[in-house]
Amino acid sequence: MRGLDSPRNGPKLGWSRVGGISQTRRVFGVLIRIDSVTKRYPDGTVAVDRLSLDIPDRSITVLVGPSGCGKTTTLRMINRMVEPSEGTILIDGVDSRQQSVNTLRRGMGYVIQNAGLFQHRTVVDNIATVPRMLGWSKDKARARARELMERVGLDASFAKRYPYQLSGGQQQRVGVARALAADPPVLLMDEPFSAVDPVVRKGLQDELLRLQAELGKTIVFVTHDIDEAVKLGTMVAVLRTGGRLAQFAPPAELLSDPADAFVEDFLGADRGIRRLSFFSSGGLDLLTAPVVAVDATAEQIACRAASDVPYLLVTGLDGRPLGWSEPGALTAGRVDVGQLLPYGRPFVAGKDSLRAALDCAVLSPTGWAVAVDAEGRAAGVVSQTAIGEAIRGAHAHASAHAASVDPKAATR
Amino acid sequence: MNVINFVSSFFGESAHWHGYDGIPTRLWEHVQYSLEALVLAAAIGLPIGLLTGHYGRGGNVLSLVATAGRALPTFGLLVVTTIALGFGMLPVMVPLIVLAVPPILVTTYEAMRSVDPPPVDAARGMGMSESGIMLRVELPAALPLILGGLRSAAIQIVSTATIAAYVSLGGLGRYIVDGLYQHDYEKVVGGATLVAGMALATLGLFWALGRAAVSPGVRRSN
Ligand SMILES: Nc1ncnc2c1ncn2[C@@H]1O[C@H](COP(=O)(O)OP(=O)(O)OP(=O)(O)O)[C@@H](O)[C@H]1O
Ligand SMILES: [Mg+2]
Repeated sequence: MRGLDSPRNGPKLGWSRVGGISQTRRVFGVLIRIDSVTKRYPDGTVAVDRLSLDIPDRSITVLVGPSGCGKTTTLRMINRMVEPSEGTILIDGVDSRQQSVNTLRRGMGYVIQNAGLFQHRTVVDNIATVPRMLGWSKDKARARARELMERVGLDASFAKRYPYQLSGGQQQRVGVARALAADPPVLLMDEPFSAVDPVVRKGLQDELLRLQAELGKTIVFVTHDIDEAVKLGTMVAVLRTGGRLAQFAPPAELLSDPADAFVEDFLGADRGIRRLSFFSSGGLDLLTAPVVAVDATAEQIACRAASDVPYLLVTGLDGRPLGWSEPGALTAGRVDVGQLLPYGRPFVAGKDSLRAALDCAVLSPTGWAVAVDAEGRAAGVVSQTAIGEAIRGAHAHASAHAASVDPKAATR
Repeated sequence: MNVINFVSSFFGESAHWHGYDGIPTRLWEHVQYSLEALVLAAAIGLPIGLLTGHYGRGGNVLSLVATAGRALPTFGLLVVTTIALGFGMLPVMVPLIVLAVPPILVTTYEAMRSVDPPPVDAARGMGMSESGIMLRVELPAALPLILGGLRSAAIQIVSTATIAAYVSLGGLGRYIVDGLYQHDYEKVVGGATLVAGMALATLGLFWALGRAAVSPGVRRSN
């Protein structure tokens, strides 16, 4: 643990994202301390107003808020692309103005919206830029660049291409690789994924979470998309127009206890549903009685139909679900797979969240969700009612838990 | 007599290919004057254009100077510099440079201003020095336009370097000036043809330069 350890601000994660990067509670040190910083532009605009934030070590801190609320300004004050008018920014306990701007910036990767690649350089040479600046030999810098291409999921065949020969998503990967090239402890990212389509964006987000878990960087991530903030953030800072901090909390806490009407509004109408992504489906009681194999005997079918479930889930010989059927419509030895009701998209028991489970149940024609194991074999079925009960239980558990930990954990 | 006849008889005359007034000599002199003027003009125009373009300052002053430079009549300037400085290379170079600096300066400035801002922002954000940004990020991106400015300057120089002959120097202008004086129109047309040919060769040279110096990533993304 490096940096200042602040008992006042050390964010404590009450629970972590299901299926996310960590299942353990962690207490972070502070790497970047923004201390009552104000930015007044020459034309008088106050973009950031007495902002104080402690950005924890080795985690993703997301700055989110409506357009013009000062997110970019805040981010750019960290690497001094914008100089604060008042206040100080401490990096690892040291005033950021104590070193030269270029030294400071070389220790912080910087990723911008459209990647900002150098059109005249190939992919490897784009990525090798900072190592070259730091005086590495060309060969060493290129070898490092190739290593990073692999890390960010770019095929080696792209190495000699020019940026115009890449898609937007690929360019963004190059941008991330370029920022990581000299292995800086800090990564500053300004809406890096906002210019790509939703599918590519999801891929890039998953990749970032994976990279973060592998490399343990301190990432400051700007977005105006609350879903992205909740998905990526270890901590989320919500800014309001005028550059003031509205709330600084882990995403689950943000969703359960928005500080005020502004934050609640900003989180949108479905924050209750979104919050479910923080609860594991592991606690659900899965019923196996209504699951019947496609080669079941008449006796087995009859016995299963006796259980008070309106539908039976038919599985293949490999255990994978095939579809739903009414008990009466099943005849042993002559199951017509084409006649089965679709089972929708199953959730992975224990790994997926209650949100995924609920989604499956809502989408299922029978109102029952199908749970599968990691190999895709049916693990059981669960009704909407049972999921609803689990949700109420999880909420009760979470609020009891939050009260017992630290009532003002990480909220300032 | 038509122009084609003039041209063929000028180039067919073997005497025109030898001696101090022969085509190779005059052509070489012309190349030397032009190259010298272009190098000097670029030495003035490029750095000023790069710096003002990079820092985005002095654009107004620049266009004022450039307009003034363009407004000066080259031939008048030649007369003035010759009176002031006597005969020699210098009085010829001054008007050629005054002619060539504005296009180089203005296009370089404009080219640097029109570079896509995100890569520059990214470069600054990763801690690149200002000179590094100017020379390794902006210049390669602006190069096609800058070469265009140099090319038009070069062509103007090539066609205007004929004025050297008015002040007793050599070059292809010799044929034109002497031919007019001697009413030898074959010589005039021959000289003019050579100048035009050299202008075309200059175009070709810059095309090749563009192929060699501009990164394929910039060339094809435009
Ligand atoms: N160079 C500048 N001069 C004057 N005002 C500026 C300057 N840069 C930004 N601002 C103003 O400061 C405020 C905050 O800008 P900033 O770019 O930080 O917002 P943002 O939260 O990143 O917005 P967006 O989501 O639209 O990117 C805005 O009102 C903006 O108009
Ligand atoms: Mg912004």
